Amino acid sequence: MGFCVTSMQLNALFQTWQSNYYIYAPRIFSGGGRFSDTDCIRYGKIDCVDEIVFDKKSEYSFKEILTPVSQTLFFFTEGETKEADAPKKGAVIFLRSCDLHALKRLDDMYLHNGPADYYYQRLRENIKIVLMGCTHSFENCFCVSMGTNVSASYDMSIDCQPDGTYLVDCRDEAWGQQLEAAGASQMAVVPSHVEENSVTVQIPENLTAEVAKSSMWKEYDSRCINCGRCNFVCPTCTCFTMQDLFYSENGKAGERRRVWASCMVDGFTDVAGGGSYRKKNGERMRFKVLHKVLDYRQRNGYHMCVGCGRCDDVCPEYISFSGCINKLQNAMTEVTEQ
Amino acid sequence: MIKNDYIPFPSRILEVIRHTEIEYTFRMEFHGTVRPGQFFEVSIPKYGEAPISVSGIGENFVDLTIRRVGKVTNEVFERYVGDTLLLRGPYGNGFDVSDYRGRDIIVMAGGTGLSPVRGVVDYFSEHPEQRGHMTLIAGFKTPHDILFRDDLNRWEKNMDVILTVDCAEEDVACHVGLVTQYIPQIQLGDVRNTVAVVVGPPAMMRFSVQGLLGIGLPEANIWISQERKMCCGLGKCGHCKIGDTYVCLDGPVFNYTKGKFLAD
Repeated sequence: MGFCVTSMQLNALFQTWQSNYYIYAPRIFSGGGRFSDTDCIRYGKIDCVDEIVFDKKSEYSFKEILTPVSQTLFFFTEGETKEADAPKKGAVIFLRSCDLHALKRLDDMYLHNGPADYYYQRLRENIKIVLMGCTHSFENCFCVSMGTNVSASYDMSIDCQPDGTYLVDCRDEAWGQQLEAAGASQMAVVPSHVEENSVTVQIPENLTAEVAKSSMWKEYDSRCINCGRCNFVCPTCTCFTMQDLFYSENGKAGERRRVWASCMVDGFTDVAGGGSYRKKNGERMRFKVLHKVLDYRQRNGYHMCVGCGRCDDVCPEYISFSGCINKLQNAMTEVTEQ
Repeated sequence: MIKNDYIPFPSRILEVIRHTEIEYTFRMEFHGTVRPGQFFEVSIPKYGEAPISVSGIGENFVDLTIRRVGKVTNEVFERYVGDTLLLRGPYGNGFDVSDYRGRDIIVMAGGTGLSPVRGVVDYFSEHPEQRGHMTLIAGFKTPHDILFRDDLNRWEKNMDVILTVDCAEEDVACHVGLVTQYIPQIQLGDVRNTVAVVVGPPAMMRFSVQGLLGIGLPEANIWISQERKMCCGLGKCGHCKIGDTYVCLDGPVFNYTKGKFLAD
């Protein structure tokens, strides 16, 4: 059911959501940018539609809603463990098409790669999705090449109109009825999506792990500073490390939590006794890139990377992930001719 | 609601067997099925969790042979009989002894690599009728690092045991030299009917497999076991991923036809 709605009508809908859901959308964190006096756009709780940033890309993805940066799993006391409580409400999450595709990747990692993850599932079971239309491509986006520019599975879509009204395609029956009752004008709505990006990538058909032997990775030994930002902004990176935290000096009460980990950062592969793998940054870049465009597909049948381009936006060394993908063809030629 | 796999259960230490200064076997209370080569996530609140492979399986217990080399394992050594450790698991595929039944068997183990295969060697030591000729080549750094001495003596009675140390300052009762040096001494029958299990540090495994291929063993007859950092054991944390493989889910035991493609 499509509607043209005013912000007042939407805010009334938001208010009914609030009794069962937190609403998460990209919003401005004033002064929260990476440089002084700059803002950061990332996911946070919102109360009304005016808070949502439609005209810019969120610098971080939505993933922290489902896989928090630091998530308490359980509490220890002497001889006992107590599972951490689930959030009191579900979540309505505003996602662009690329991020909605990323959600499928999170699902496959947390629910289908090995046994289903308890903590992910209990959050996942109670979310609703609002698809944010994209009227134009942002810098570094390459969703069209990755086939993630269109999404069909959502509870509602939203497009911001120049006159301040919103076009929504409502699939949730109760929400639709409410908008109808509020007098929103009905019309056919198709969420907008981009059909071309200025950045395109081509993943070679013949790509294999042999490409690890190419000299192309050497460049990243010196360029990459293994800060791991690319992993943290990526909507599909899911790695974590366990951490024990204690409240008192005697160490008898505390919690175990999992925190985001990065395959680019030192320590990711360290085993007791001093062993570690992939010491060079170029090797780590290769590991990450091949996970996104090779290994994951071998395991799940489709590519992990969704082409949001956030890794390119955030890299302090101006390393381009899409640029790296486009080097793979020559690299394959290099290793097959050897 | 699905099961919460992250919450560990307390397990009592039934016995502590001392092998070397830094390697003890902790016999832990456990009721359930386990295979050799599988592992548990062992934890102590405040110090964290570490994956430890099963070195022995018995009625209502599992043995965990632990080397004192990290934050968690250092703390484990402060625990005594009657104390508890927290466990999750068992995880991983483990060894399937039916892969080796009725065949000549070669086991090559380096250092603590003997722990995960100990169950396999034990099984075929107790059931010699289920196998052909068996050779165990066990290598350690120095005579002070030798693990499972009693087992080695016991196994010697019905299989060829070649015990070697990389270096020794004094005269020792065992061989001195790398495990690969003793591959030519293996009493070899039909290579097509000979299987090998190789477990140890990465370099030891690489050269041992090369040696075994060199004497004619087919790739499909060789199994290896990998060791990686693992924070979950459930295919989620990503630390043990190699290519499209998760060591915790798909391994840690790999047939070499698959294992040869595992390049970090």
